Amino acid sequence: MKPHRRKRLGIILFIATGLSVAIGLTLYALSQNIDLFYTPTQVAQGEVAAGQRIRIGGMVREGSVVSADDSLAVEFVATDYVHDVPIFHEGILPDLFREGQGIVVEGSLDTAGVFQASRVLAKHDENYMSPEVKAALDAAGASPEGHQMQPGT
Amino acid sequence: MIPELGSFSLILALCLSVLLGTLPIIGAHTNNQIWMNLARPLAAGIFVFLGISISILAYAFVTDDFSVSFVALHSNTLLPMRYKLTAVWGGHEGSFLLWTFMLAGWMLAVGIYSKSMPLEFVSRVLGVLGILIFSYILFMLATSNPFDRIVPLPPADGADLNSALQDFGFIIHPPTLYMGYVGFSVVFAFAIAALLSGRMDAAWARWSRPWANVSWAILTIGIALGSWWAYYELGWGGWWAWDPVENPPLITWLFGTALIHSLAVTEKRGVFKSWTVLLAILAFSGSLLGTFITRSGLLTSVHAFASDPSRGFFILGILGIAIGGSLLLYALRAPLMKADFGFDLTSRELFLLANNVILVVSAASVFLGTLFPMVYQAITDDLISIGPPYFNTIFVPLMMLLFVFIGIGPMSKWKRTSISYLVAQLSKVLAASIGLGILLPLIVLMKFSLAATVTMILASWIVLTIGKDISSKIANKRSLAAGFKSLSLSYYGMQLAHFGIALMLVGASLTSYFSVERGVLLSPGESVDLGAYNFTLEGSSRIEGPNYVGEEAEITVMRDGDMVTDLHPERRIYVATGTPSTEMAIDAGFLRDLFVTLGEQKPDGAWSMTIYVKPFIRWIWLGAIFMAFGGTLAAGDKRYRRLRARQLEKAKRGAILSASGELQAAS
Repeated sequence: MKPHRRKRLGIILFIATGLSVAIGLTLYALSQNIDLFYTPTQVAQGEVAAGQRIRIGGMVREGSVVSADDSLAVEFVATDYVHDVPIFHEGILPDLFREGQGIVVEGSLDTAGVFQASRVLAKHDENYMSPEVKAALDAAGASPEGHQMQPGT
Repeated sequence: MIPELGSFSLILALCLSVLLGTLPIIGAHTNNQIWMNLARPLAAGIFVFLGISISILAYAFVTDDFSVSFVALHSNTLLPMRYKLTAVWGGHEGSFLLWTFMLAGWMLAVGIYSKSMPLEFVSRVLGVLGILIFSYILFMLATSNPFDRIVPLPPADGADLNSALQDFGFIIHPPTLYMGYVGFSVVFAFAIAALLSGRMDAAWARWSRPWANVSWAILTIGIALGSWWAYYELGWGGWWAWDPVENPPLITWLFGTALIHSLAVTEKRGVFKSWTVLLAILAFSGSLLGTFITRSGLLTSVHAFASDPSRGFFILGILGIAIGGSLLLYALRAPLMKADFGFDLTSRELFLLANNVILVVSAASVFLGTLFPMVYQAITDDLISIGPPYFNTIFVPLMMLLFVFIGIGPMSKWKRTSISYLVAQLSKVLAASIGLGILLPLIVLMKFSLAATVTMILASWIVLTIGKDISSKIANKRSLAAGFKSLSLSYYGMQLAHFGIALMLVGASLTSYFSVERGVLLSPGESVDLGAYNFTLEGSSRIEGPNYVGEEAEITVMRDGDMVTDLHPERRIYVATGTPSTEMAIDAGFLRDLFVTLGEQKPDGAWSMTIYVKPFIRWIWLGAIFMAFGGTLAAGDKRYRRLRARQLEKAKRGAILSASGELQAAS
């Protein structure tokens, strides 16, 4: 093999090794860090095991927000207007967190079926509904507009 | 009537861009001087008409012309003047106009600062940019014209600018980021022009380098501003969230960083040519991808615009044509770029190659993590998200590896560096870095963490190798002053930027490992300890701003019985929209930030709040300033001007230069 060929081979091997290590690491990290997204209906139907890290998207049910007077704890219900999931969160809620507003929560279900949210996301733009929340509502066949037209809910 | 002039001006710019995208390129191909000479005036014309458009949009904001739908949606009579002016980029349509105008600005700059390049090359560069700007303006006119009217009944008052945007950061972050982003289009156009001409020589690399450096420096500042703004405005206490819209600028930046290093090799040694071209294409693709992600509404993010899918398809079309077309051209032309591997396995070329591989792999992994949810959804129909742990697991070790090479690269020599030379140069530095890395966190913060120790060793390594390199480069000079004078501006630029990396590393690692935070509920008069500090809520009072009302809390901070500062976090309600918004209170310091964000007030007057003590966080942005300054300094190196005359001579000879022989003569 000619010297420059050997050098070129060396460089190609160097890059290939680097790349495969990187790809291996990346795939490993990816597989460890996928947060699957569920709708309140899927959660209510028991598709999620307790302790599994997931995301839930839905609307904050009107009248469901109860915040403690002596701590930062807050409880509310996330709903797709078909099924409800009780959510518990300890911390400050985002500015745009309001009843009747779309939110996404990150965390896991405890054994009592309450979702322990480590993070609550509400969007800064009210005209914008996150794809997760929209998907949840579409899947349940409900829409916030449709919901608002039904009196008494 | 005036907004219609804005639209009309856009149409004129579109017409000029059709000419710019065709005539000069054809002229360069057929050697038609007249057509080539059209490039500069056409670029200037596009700049003028887009300037008129954006001024008219600003005028519509200032005069509260709510018959223009974009103004009605993003402004309000109560909005302070500085936000009325900057609300121009407060939504999709206007910010795209700003983006396009920035490109026109770069085109104008290319037209002005290219006098020493051959006309044929400049025509191709401006022609390629002309095609690009044509597609942008067409997109604007077809799907998102900022001058669209609300007919027949315009609203009496506007819906107001999103309250999260009413902040100083909003005035400076988007223009800076866009300017840096779009700058890579110029480097891309240089690469495409070189491919079109088939003349891939060191001259092309030398012409590109200042543009790449400047774009990179501006992008660095733009990203840092975004990080700083998010830190103090969004109030989650972090400085980087791996948000799907933060990532594309970072991807572009990583490709851009690889590109400026690879350009150095191409200019000095005439190798890595096809790789450099590919990086220029990739960096540009990163910037287009950023536009696509933000404006298509496909990913969830704080930045996402409310949007309709037709825009997404249009941008996807531009993305496909631009990237596909340039890669096709690349595939056709790359075989022309032959070069010998005239270097050893321990040479500066190889260390720079390692830099490039690491940077490209990091960019690819960020890209994968950003787009994976979208691909996953397309295939399985399940929605997923990829959290920060993924990015940290991949990105942090790769950067650590890169920082090892930052120490070695500048010290090694082109072509061949003996390992014993490197060992002799670096062994003491290595020992000193390890010592410093262990001691520094213990002395400064009186805490120990293995991860922090590792990063401090790396930071010391970067700083000490810079010192060692400078001292050995000037060791043989008559005096210290003569030694410092003998080093080139671009060398200083490089070392400053590397020093900036070390600062950023210190800031990022100490903030990540030693920050403390606490969510508390305080009644007036109550206090809480955090770290070495004591925070007392004195009380809260009502405040009234131009377009909001709210509550302001007063918190005094003590340390060892001494008063440190007063903090005044706020909670505002914007009148026009009823949107609540929290204003953090931050006491910024060189060694630590104190940071309070208000939650809500309980019926008994107590406030929920989160308090943070964040050591060294300012160093992250300080580092970015050093990096940007270094990049700019390197672009100003006089050799770019001095050598142009010779390059011009050579280019006139017109031959396709074969790789190394000629190149070595040039450098």
